[in-house]
This record gives sequence, C-alpha cells and structure tokens, in this order.
Amino acid sequence: MSVGSIVLVLLVLAVIGYFLGRGRSLSAAKRDHVKLHSLPGYYGQTVALFVAVPAFLLLIVWLFIQPVLIESRVNEMLPDSVIPEGGARSLVMADVRQIAGGLDAVLNRTGLTEEALDDGRLDVSNVRARLAEVGVALGSDVPTEVYEAAKTYRRSADTGDLLMAIAVIGTALGLGVWALMRISPKMRARNVSENFVLALLIGSSTIAILTTAGIVASLVFETVNFFKMYPASEFFFSTVWNPQFRGGSELGIWPLLWGTLYISLVALLVAVPIGLMIAIYLADYASQSLRSLAKPAIEILAGIPTIVYGLFALITVGPFLRDWIAQPLGLGNSSSSVLTAGLVMGVMIIPFVSSLSDDIINAVPQAMRDGSYAMGATQSETIKRVILPAALPGIVGAILLAASRAIGETMIVVLGAGAAARLDLNPFEAMTTVTVKIVSQLTGDTEFASPETLVAFALGLTLFVITLGLNVLALYVVRRYREQYE
Amino acid sequence: MTDMAVETTGKATMAGDARTRKRHAAERRFRLMGQLAVAIGVLALLGLLASILSNGLSSFRQTYITLEIYLDPGVLDKQGTRDPADIAKITTFGYAPLIKGSLVKVMQDRGVGGEADADMAVALISKEAPAILRNYVLADPSQIGETVEFNLLASGRIDGYYKGRVSMASAELDRNTSPEQLRFADELKEAGILVTRFNWDFFTAPDASDTRPEAAGLGVAILGSAYMMLIVLVLSLPIGVAASIYLEEFAPRNRFTDLIEVNIANLAAVPSIVFGILGLAVFINIVGLPQSAPVVGGLVLTLMTLPTIIIATRAALKAVPPSIRDAALGVGASRMQSVFHHVLPLAMPGILTGTIIGLAQALGETAPLLLIGMVAFVRDYPAAPPEGFFDPASALPVQVYNWTQRGDPAFVERASGAIIVLLVFLLVMNLVAVILRRRFERRW
Repeated sequence: MSVGSIVLVLLVLAVIGYFLGRGRSLSAAKRDHVKLHSLPGYYGQTVALFVAVPAFLLLIVWLFIQPVLIESRVNEMLPDSVIPEGGARSLVMADVRQIAGGLDAVLNRTGLTEEALDDGRLDVSNVRARLAEVGVALGSDVPTEVYEAAKTYRRSADTGDLLMAIAVIGTALGLGVWALMRISPKMRARNVSENFVLALLIGSSTIAILTTAGIVASLVFETVNFFKMYPASEFFFSTVWNPQFRGGSELGIWPLLWGTLYISLVALLVAVPIGLMIAIYLADYASQSLRSLAKPAIEILAGIPTIVYGLFALITVGPFLRDWIAQPLGLGNSSSSVLTAGLVMGVMIIPFVSSLSDDIINAVPQAMRDGSYAMGATQSETIKRVILPAALPGIVGAILLAASRAIGETMIVVLGAGAAARLDLNPFEAMTTVTVKIVSQLTGDTEFASPETLVAFALGLTLFVITLGLNVLALYVVRRYREQYE
Repeated sequence: MTDMAVETTGKATMAGDARTRKRHAAERRFRLMGQLAVAIGVLALLGLLASILSNGLSSFRQTYITLEIYLDPGVLDKQGTRDPADIAKITTFGYAPLIKGSLVKVMQDRGVGGEADADMAVALISKEAPAILRNYVLADPSQIGETVEFNLLASGRIDGYYKGRVSMASAELDRNTSPEQLRFADELKEAGILVTRFNWDFFTAPDASDTRPEAAGLGVAILGSAYMMLIVLVLSLPIGVAASIYLEEFAPRNRFTDLIEVNIANLAAVPSIVFGILGLAVFINIVGLPQSAPVVGGLVLTLMTLPTIIIATRAALKAVPPSIRDAALGVGASRMQSVFHHVLPLAMPGILTGTIIGLAQALGETAPLLLIGMVAFVRDYPAAPPEGFFDPASALPVQVYNWTQRGDPAFVERASGAIIVLLVFLLVMNLVAVILRRRFERRW
C-alpha cells in the first residue's frame, strides 16, 4: 500500500467519521438540537479530527524512522570484508539499495513471484544479468553478503510498509471509534475540537523552530565530523585552498572569505550610494507621478530571481568589462571577476537599501524638517544636516541587512566570480566565495564521507553564523532607532 | 534701520549673493545626483531585461527541414512481422540512411546541388533527427511502408546562421560547419525545404546532450517546477496560515512566543544555500528520499517560503479591525469561531497575495536545488503525481544554470530563452497577486 493511498484512505475515513459523529450526536439527542451542548457539526468535527490527525502524524514519524532503522539493521549484516579497499560503507549501502530496487523491477517485469528469490531462479549468480535486463547496471559482480543484505533490505522495507499501513489505519479506526463512543448530549464537543485545532495551530508555528534546529543540527553535526578528519586550526588559519580528489587537500577558508568580503564590498559600494540617493530623491523630491512609476520599477529588481542576474553577469557584464576595461588596461583577461560579480550584485541589492532607507527617512518626524526649513535651510541642507544624521542608525541597519544578503548570495557569484581561490587585490581577477565552494564541493562526484565534501558543511556553518550575526545586529540597531521616535 | 532692512531683503529676492548662489548650486547638484541615482536604477533594470531579451528571444524560433520520408519496410522491419520488439532492435543508425535517401531525392527533384553534396546536406540535419524518426515509428509501427512528412530539426550551426550567431567568417574557423554548407543551406531555403518557424519543442522537449543544442527544451524542467510549486502550495499555505493565526490571535506574550518570532525573522534572512544543505543532510541523507526528486525540492522550498507567507498572513490578519472580532464575540461566538468564520475570510485576499508572491520567489530559487541533485541530466519526463514526485526531474532555474555550463554557444541562447519563460511565469503570478489585491482588498 503506497503512502498516497494511505493518505487517501485516511481522508475518506475522516469524512465518514464526520457524518457518523454528526448523526450519532443527533440520534443521542433524539433529533432535538437544543439538548446538545454544541452544534451537531462539532461532534462530527471532533471524530474527524481524531481519525485523521494522530494517524497522519504517526505516518510522518514512521516515514522518517523506518529507513533509519532498516539501514542500521542491514548495515550490521555487511561484514567488513565486502567493503572494498579504500572504499566506504556508504557506497556498498548504495549498492544494496540499488539491488533491492532492481529486484522489485525484475519481479514486476518478468512476472516472477516472490518464491523465485528463494528457489534459485533468481540468485546471486544470475542477479547481475537479470538486473541489467531491467536497466539497473551494476559495476561489478555482487558478493553473496551484499546480495543477502539487499534481500533483507527489500523484505524489511516490505514488512515495514505493511506494518505502517496497519498501524496508521488501525490508529485512525481505533481513535475514531473511541471518539464516536464518547458522544453524548452533555459532551462539550466544541471545546474538544477547538482545543484540538489550537494544538494544531501551535504545532504549525513550531515548524519555524524545528527548521532552525534542523539547520543548526545538520551543520554542526557534519562540521564536527569534518574536524575529526581535518584539523580545525588548518581550516581557520591556512591561506591555501586546494582540494584534491585523492586526499592531502589543503582547505583553508581565508581565500574564500576574502573573495566573499571583497565582492560584497564592491556590491555595497555600488548599492549604498545609489540606493540611498534613490530613497532620498523619491521620499523628498520626486513628484507623485514619478514616485508611482520609479518605486515599483526599482522594486522589480528585488523580485527578479538571482539566476537571471547570474546570467546577466555571465553573458553581458563579464565580457563587457573584459573587452573594454580589463584587457585594454592590461589588468587581466578573465570575464568572470570580482568586479563583474560585485557590480551585478550591487544592482541586485539596490532595492534592499532603497526601500528600507525610504521607510526610515519617512519615519523622521516632519517637525524636524519644518524646524530646519524655518531656519532658512535649503532642502538638501535639511537632508544632509538634519534627516540623515537622525536616520543614520536605521540606515546602518539597512546596510547591514544588505551586506548579509550579499554575503549569502550564491548564483551571481557562481556564474560571475569564477572558481579560482586566491588572495589578490586586483578586482579584474577571478576569485571565489564561500557559497561557490559549497556548491562545487557538494555537487561533485566525491564520496560523501570525505573531508573534501564535509568541508562544505563547515563553510555553511561559517556562512550561517556570519549572516545571522549581521541580521541580529541590524535588527537590534533598527529597533533601537525606532524606539527613539515612538 | 528700516530702510536698510528693506534694502537687504530686496537684494536677496532679486539676485542672491555669492553664498546664496553657492548654496542653491549645491541644492541643484544634490537634486541631480538623486535623479541620476533613480536613472541608474531604472536603466539597470532595462539593461538587464534588454540583455536577456536580445539573447533569448531567438530561441522561440527554430530552423526546420521539411522532408517526406519513405519508412522502408526493408530496413525497419525485415521480417515483416510489425512486432514492436523486432522494430525496437533497429537503432538510430538504421534510420539515418532513410533521411539521407529522402534528402537526396528532394535535392534531385528540385535541382538543388549535386550528388556530391549529399553528405554535406545530411550534416545540415540535427543528429537528433534519427531518434525522432525512431520514436515516431515505435509509437505507431503501422506507419512502416508509408511516406510521412517530417519537420526535422536543422543542426545548431545552421539554426545559428539564420539567427545571426554564425556568420560566413566564423564558419571558416568552425570544425562543425563550413561556408559551403551555409551557402547550400541558403539554396535549400530558397527551394522552400528549409524553413524557420515557431519553436513549440522548446516548451515540451526534454533536455538534450552537449552536441545537440537545437533539440534541447524545457519540458522536464517546467514539469519539475510545476510539481515543486504544487508541493510548496499544498504544504506552506495551511502551515503558514495556521502558524500566523496562532501567533496573531491566540499566542500569549511569553518566552515561547518570542522564540518562535525570532526564529521566523531569522529564517527569512538565512541564505538560500543553507536550506539546500539542510535538504541534503535531512531529507536525502537521513530520511533517504531520492536525489533530484521534486519532493525534496518542494520540501526545501516550503521551508524557505514559510516565513514569507507567515509575514504576509500576519499583516493581513492585523489589518482586520478588532471591531469585527468584538462583534462576533458579542453575539456569542467562541474565539476560534470568530477567527475562522469572520477574521480569516476577510483576510483571505491578503493571504493569497502573500502566498502567490512567496510561490514566485520559490519558483526562481536556484541555489538550494543545486545541492539536492537537481542539476543532473534528466531526459525522462517524471510520471504523473504522486509517484512522479519521487522521479528525477529538473527545474526551470536549474535548467538555466545547467545550460550556462555547456560549451556550445547555442546554449546561451537557450538559457536566455528559458529565463524569458521563467520571467513570464513570474510576471503572470505577480499580476494575479496585484489584481487580487486591487479587486478584493478592503480598507477599513
């Protein structure tokens, strides 16, 4: 029974439960609504909730736990002898899963029954050929232990699925019957169902906490694994980034951090003056009609996916900078460079700076402007000497938020900045960033449990800590500033 | 005394002194800087769009070669049994001579080129063409023995020639084409065999290999993106709305509520790539969901979209005046009833607007999908849901990234074309959101 059909059965049962509950409450009250504590619908709702929700939660938990249990059990069956020299257990486990999936396909395709697995028509000697027939290609012949493990894997998965279907539907039916039995005219069905719904609402709102916990846990766990294989001091203090497939990599974070910060700096140098001037002009100078045109146009920039900016950097800005500036001046001949990525990223974060600053400038009390005008100051003098100093903390907050955006940005630097990790000052050279290396280390074909792959988690944790720190600081600054005028 | 005062003010209003003039010049300069900044912002937007459009619009047109091909039973079905298993044994190599034969015949009929040009003529046709022919025959074996008209793709270089990407000068240096071939293509065009028309295949065909840019399409990517959006919608809308209702209407002010609020604010600012790492570590490595599957992408994008939806929903709930709640409570409704029967329906337009904007963000998101393996080269369409959620698929923005990593310059055109498709989807979604807001939003 597939997960989809279980969900469908649960939904049908819930609907049936609703009508049964409603009908039972009415018959218990002898068709007299007034005798019931709650409206009849609430009795039905209570039953439906008890049928669907606990069973559904059980289903989700089961789906998370079953693979973990089966993996560990099958893992125990694999002796160390089947692990190839220099290979990893995880690769053998991948083989096991592949064979198990292939066996299902063979049985489906050929119409053989389960017995074929035991009576020799399908065994370790011919499994490779059989699997090749259904399009599952194995690299080498299958050791007996691996084949047995695959069979166990398949059986446990099958029994697990069956048990899951029984447990989930059993829970639904059991709780449904129990909820039905409880129905009497005195039962406070509305309170029960409302408390149930409230619990669901609370549960939904904790997803945010769970997500954060999941992010932190997965990052920290794998980072610890990484530091077991690779010394932390090297990672944090080495200035060389040179991953090798065969081990002996040098994985120093500094070249990546330097590229990240350099590109972000260029982006901020573009975005802050332009964004700030846009905010000032639109808030204090522009006519209503210009404002209603220009503001949405600028905000469209924030809604464009970053892959579009990346492509723009790759096919337009990069070649332009190379052909018209870098090559004539002899500064380099790479189309992906710090300046390419920085300029395009600057354009991307203009709307962040401008719309946040716009809010902040508008929040400066009108009385301060009027006071300045009354003293004879021109509009620009008022802005420069009164409004900007008053809005400064808020603007700093906006810049910090923009910086955090720039540091965490991925697609623009993947397509625009290049892949060479180097510590250099020339903005026309290709450099690389933390995010680029996370992508390249995790999308390659390297084995998962190697330092070259796990370093991505350490990089991710670094990125997470930096952006989180900047955001917390920015929110703190902005909040302090808001309090000033409230 | 009075005279002097009149004199100075008069002077100031008629013609400013040096200092006033300086101040006014500074004022004008400042104003100009503001106008310049707005102009730069708008120009950047226009430049971005112009670059994408100029590079990508041509991908919606494609050069085809129209041929009538005799599906020779002597080649395709030697036994004459019309048994699909036998026909499937003929590989694409078996179909290539049919195309060549038909092309030579057409050339003789129309008097284009000579016998010696046949090989060059065949090179005009995409290497994908025999596969298309084979799929057609396998789908309907009864057509064997008939003469069928096919619109075969021209090769990427020829297609590029008619789009201005390839010129006689560049063909001189190109291993894959030659000026003679291009001149020959011109002859075919005059004879009406070679035509350029709208490229439907771009929207429906799957991705193609490095050497066949002309056959690459967005079919699998659009389907994969649609599956993911479906998952995001089904999961994030109810969860987001439920969380917002709790936080806005029921939550007491305490540590737990604060913790949730801080978490939501921070999640909205976490770099998208970190969500990709989460997806890889939790959904793929721990739960064991398949790589490249829309279900994993959908789950990751759901977590990313939730903060957006929660923030929008809370704003919409907050905008409903307290008098509505008070009136409901006053006639005996419970708090839950007042929220679900009165507040929520009134906040619905705002919630839907926020959801559509969140979905639009999710549709354009690329980085997390790279980490969960959606960069893989996928040629098979995923099955219908729900099984299809677990099949490998691509996604629109990832397909763009994928094409930028290929060698052939024709893929740049494809990538820009895919961006245009993506932007059109985003534009439509945002327009729907704006219309919803204009049409249904109430100001209290």
